Amino acid sequence: MRSGTVSDLLFGAVARGAALLTLALLLGIILSLIIGAWPAIERYGLGFLTHNAWDPVQEDFGGMVMIYGTLATSGIALLIAVPVSFGIALFLTELAPAWLKRPLGTAVELLAAVPSIVYGMWGLMVFGPVLARYVQQPLQAWLGGTPVFGALVSGPPVGIGILSAGIILSIMIIPFIASVMRDVFEVTPPLLKESAYGLGATTWEVIWKIVLPYTRAGVLGGIMLGLGRALGETMAVTFVIGNMNQLRSSSLFEAANSITSALANEFAEAAPGMHQAALIYLGLILFLITFVVLVFSRLLLLRLQKNEGKRA
Amino acid sequence: MILPNIMLDTQTNAPPPVKMSVCNLDFYYGKFHALKNINLDIPANRVTAFIGPSGCGKSTLLRAFNRMYELYPDQRATGEILLDGENLLTSKQDVALIRARIGMVFQKPTPFPMSIFDNIAFGVKLFENLSQIDLEERVEWALKKAALWDEIKDKLSQSGASLSGGQQQRLCIARCIAIRPELLLLDEPCSALDPISTARIEELIAELKKDYTVVIVTHNMQQAARVSDHTAYMYLGDLVEFGETEQMFFKPNRRETEDYITGRFG
Repeated sequence: MRSGTVSDLLFGAVARGAALLTLALLLGIILSLIIGAWPAIERYGLGFLTHNAWDPVQEDFGGMVMIYGTLATSGIALLIAVPVSFGIALFLTELAPAWLKRPLGTAVELLAAVPSIVYGMWGLMVFGPVLARYVQQPLQAWLGGTPVFGALVSGPPVGIGILSAGIILSIMIIPFIASVMRDVFEVTPPLLKESAYGLGATTWEVIWKIVLPYTRAGVLGGIMLGLGRALGETMAVTFVIGNMNQLRSSSLFEAANSITSALANEFAEAAPGMHQAALIYLGLILFLITFVVLVFSRLLLLRLQKNEGKRA
Repeated sequence: MILPNIMLDTQTNAPPPVKMSVCNLDFYYGKFHALKNINLDIPANRVTAFIGPSGCGKSTLLRAFNRMYELYPDQRATGEILLDGENLLTSKQDVALIRARIGMVFQKPTPFPMSIFDNIAFGVKLFENLSQIDLEERVEWALKKAALWDEIKDKLSQSGASLSGGQQQRLCIARCIAIRPELLLLDEPCSALDPISTARIEELIAELKKDYTVVIVTHNMQQAARVSDHTAYMYLGDLVEFGETEQMFFKPNRRETEDYITGRFG
């Protein structure tokens, strides 16, 4: 046997082992989450998702407040981050003069290097008060009496809550989404773009109708990367969300809670038993949410491909 | 030797009107002087071929015609390119409108990431607001012009990328024709195609010159001889010789042209 064959076999085994190990770890994590959460799963079942209570003293637990908080903050973050990132990527690839591309691109990427706790402190001490003073109070004065919108902006102007957390999250995920979008825009073949320009398309039409459909898998991947980060982000959210288990007020400016910040705040103090099991159950739910998001994005991609027409 | 009719026509008729006129055109990539004082007249409803070794500036010249070079910051052109007497380089007209008057097909097929129908409809919808029926008619018309209709009429909703290379290239030609340009620029349209697809495209070019002025860049001298009425030989950014294809291939005026065409050089 040649020595090359042996090393090929060895390398193959190592590579396969690494792949299998990842799978085993994933299964192990799911399994241990299920085991840890079992008392809570047994007691509440799926009702946990819609049960609006969190009372460690009475041992009555429900995840609705945190699940809502996680979904709402991440939703707001995406709502802001996707268009902004699209603009950044578009500017960097198509519009920016050459001398500006590199420094600006680096600056956007550096945003990702800021530790999340710094975002949290900045959000709590600088951004929150500004938001309360210059956004919430004027909005309250303007919309105070109106039925739906009035409720959305009600609450004490302290600058913490769902909206603050969502905005901070959006700033945190913009560098991820923007740099993925920029990279995929850049690999679009120049001839493809020139063909569209040659037909008389404007920059906007080329980007919107040619580049974006051509790169949609990458763009969607970037958005999902950002969403995954927003769903899982803990520190910054804990600083600005207020950590209050309430759903009485639908206000975007009222203190609330998210799955990750509940875990971060309570896990160390939770006594073994129902409280801990409920927290682990929350963790499992977060895991499932990210999983569902991933599956959903795959399905969306398949659908888009179908609309484009079957591939041979 | 019996010449095809079309060639006799070009010889006996009065010289055709000029569609595009290039005067003192210089082109730069940054500091590199890629085209040097180019002067030529491209006749209407004829096929004009540009030949020459790689890097001689043939494609650059095409990219100047529709101001495609403007997409890139360090490329610039000076001089005049007159389309029906209007200087495109200094025109106040929207560059998108200018490009729509000049269709361009590239070396490699570039189907857009959408269905065959939408590939054709894309350019039409940019400038015209047609009803669905008119749009379908236009798409059919363009595909028929590009000799593609019979092969794909049953799969218009399929992805443009699902076609074969030769079909994709004809799709790109149909896409250009659909917006009814005045001038059609073909930049080595057959370089990525097999001989059968190439033959089909060449037939198509002969067909298209009834309605359009066609300019083709090609590496293949036989192709230039087969499809074109006029040929321009370029070398290192200079236009060496420009004349009727027959004369260029049988008794060129310049020694360099003869060397290149007979294969002693290139």
